[in-house]
Amino acid sequence: MDSIISIRNLTKRYGVVPALRGLNLDVARGEFLALCGPNGSGKTTLIRILAALARPTGGTVQIGGWTLPAEAAYVRAHLGVVSHLPLVYDTLTAEENLLLFARLYNLPHDQRRERVEAVLRRVGLWRRAGDVVRTYSRGMVQRLAIARAILHDPAVLLLDEPYTGLDQDAAALLDALLGEVGAGGRTIVMTTHNLPRAHRLADRIAVLSQGRIVFDTPCSQVESGDLPALYADVTGSARAR
Amino acid sequence: MTYSARRTRWLRALTAAALVLFVLALLMDFLYVGPEKEQGEAQRIFYVHLGSFLGAFISFGVSVLTGVMYLLRRDARWDVLSLSGVEMGLGFSGITILTGMAWAKPIWQTWWTWEPRLTSVAIMWLAYAAYMMLRAGIEDPEQRQRFAAVYSVLAFGSVVFTIIIVRVRPDTIHPVIAGPTQADPTGSFEVTGRIRDTLLFNLFVFAVITVALLWHRVRLENLARLVEQRKLQALTGHWGD
Amino acid sequence: MSAGPRKLRPLMPTWRAVLAIAWKDVRAELRGRELVSAMLLFTLITVLVFSLALELDANARRDAAAGVLWVTVAFAGILGLGRSLSAEYDRGSLDALLLAPIARSALFFGKLVGNLLFVLITALLLLVLLSVLFNLALVQPLLVLVVLLGCIGFTTSGTLIASMSVHARAREALLPVLLLPVALPVLIAAVRASGAIINDLPSDDWLPWLELLAAADVLFLAAAVALFDYVVEE
Repeated sequence: MDSIISIRNLTKRYGVVPALRGLNLDVARGEFLALCGPNGSGKTTLIRILAALARPTGGTVQIGGWTLPAEAAYVRAHLGVVSHLPLVYDTLTAEENLLLFARLYNLPHDQRRERVEAVLRRVGLWRRAGDVVRTYSRGMVQRLAIARAILHDPAVLLLDEPYTGLDQDAAALLDALLGEVGAGGRTIVMTTHNLPRAHRLADRIAVLSQGRIVFDTPCSQVESGDLPALYADVTGSARAR
Repeated sequence: MTYSARRTRWLRALTAAALVLFVLALLMDFLYVGPEKEQGEAQRIFYVHLGSFLGAFISFGVSVLTGVMYLLRRDARWDVLSLSGVEMGLGFSGITILTGMAWAKPIWQTWWTWEPRLTSVAIMWLAYAAYMMLRAGIEDPEQRQRFAAVYSVLAFGSVVFTIIIVRVRPDTIHPVIAGPTQADPTGSFEVTGRIRDTLLFNLFVFAVITVALLWHRVRLENLARLVEQRKLQALTGHWGD
Repeated sequence: MSAGPRKLRPLMPTWRAVLAIAWKDVRAELRGRELVSAMLLFTLITVLVFSLALELDANARRDAAAGVLWVTVAFAGILGLGRSLSAEYDRGSLDALLLAPIARSALFFGKLVGNLLFVLITALLLLVLLSVLFNLALVQPLLVLVVLLGCIGFTTSGTLIASMSVHARAREALLPVLLLPVALPVLIAAVRASGAIINDLPSDDWLPWLELLAAADVLFLAAAVALFDYVVEE
């Protein structure tokens, strides 16, 4: 398999408290993987390690052939991250935010403004581009966060609970956006609690429980309606063990 | 991790040696050297004063070296040693300050005076007290160890400052025993043969005491962390990896 | 849109990343004016409290000016530094900067340049303020140089330590406790040098302090570059 993300025997401990306990995972190029699991199962830790924001305690993580965290500097240019924090400055306007990150991601000088405008139009924020982010609604901030994540056209998109706090309209827009960016051949890893949405959007669902992958299957081989029972089964059995 | 009987025997022997040496040192301080010809009996405290400063210097030196080792190796054992160094150093420099004050009362007619050496020693002590506060304020053990190591390097600047300040500012009234000084300190005395013998022996004894105490402290910390780990394992079921 | 990492985008030259991050802080400050105005108001109040508390006559003012100057700069600086770093931390924007493919030192210097600018503005306006209120000629090149060097050392150690204290419980209380003992060599040297210059003493009395100040600045910058990576990595 041509995997762009390859994780072997990954462990992460906070002091003596284990968060990840020997996790193995491969994600193929262009695949959309949904990561589900109860709170505290290690989803956010995994995303933070993939984003090179946290360092593993043990095991190996490779993205695009580069090893984390040693070669994180190369990986970062190809990663887009949406977390449950907005990751933008609320004292700047949307345009200023994106221009800052366009600079930090070293986009060519003459293309920066065009690229910022194109991305802002895509998330439907161009008309409010000159407004300070503080005045935005939660949904608009999240759209801006997505614009920030895809600004430099990353090969891998990591999303940690991107639907938190979004209303129906904003969630529908995010659905459409994810379908669109995923169709471009981008690899996407998203954590979510919403099983039907995971099934609808993703190519593959993996369930984490107590720091391990306990369930991993392509969406095509499982009915959406069966998922809640399966989920309860795998997470419940892991907990009882 | 438990301690072998062999290592325990070594530690006991070292502790016994330190105790015997300390008694010998005290006998020397009170019986071998006569009263100093200008300062009389008050001068006898000087041996403990300088001895404990050596202890503080060794301890803080250990803390900065092991702090750097921790940053390079990320092994919690270096952190234990670094923390132990700071605690020992706080104790020893506390003794240095108190014995200095006891000496200053008859010689300088005051417990405390604001002159460079005393001020910088007080600041050194505060810097390491701040180190302890930093440790207490950080939840995540890995982050606590990392920040503590970084701060141990910064705090050592105040140790260096304490040592060089009397060279930069020769207007101190604090006596300088070793090295050149243009100062005109109050309370200097001539280092005669017996005084030198006693001083050197005391320095040696304090070095041995420092090593023995550090060893005890490291052992205690290791056992405390072991207890912590066992407790957690008992609470969460078997979670080790 | 391509499927995998293509050829490496060259990492951005560090100095441009530094400017981009510093510019972001200046831009936000120009819009909100929260940080500098808070620091300036604090400065004004502190100087007034000092004047009232010390009931200074002309000679005493001359002797106290250097101390008042640096104590005020230190506390206003702590106010600004704490605010500047906690603003990054609370909204997760520090993570956003850490995600960017830039050197960690660029991130440090970016924050340092921004913070230094705000502390310097405060310190220079404080010089003017003290000149007026204490009736002393403080705005002179030599003193401005001392202020510059003192602010560099203080802000360098302050930016590094505030990046740690921001993660702690009771961080507002912890920052001064951590920073002041470490920055004290800089502050003492700055106070002594300023005092000697204000009192028109010969260069023998302030040059050693000025040298110590410059040496401390270099050491702090080197230490900060070496240690900052360890502070921001998780």
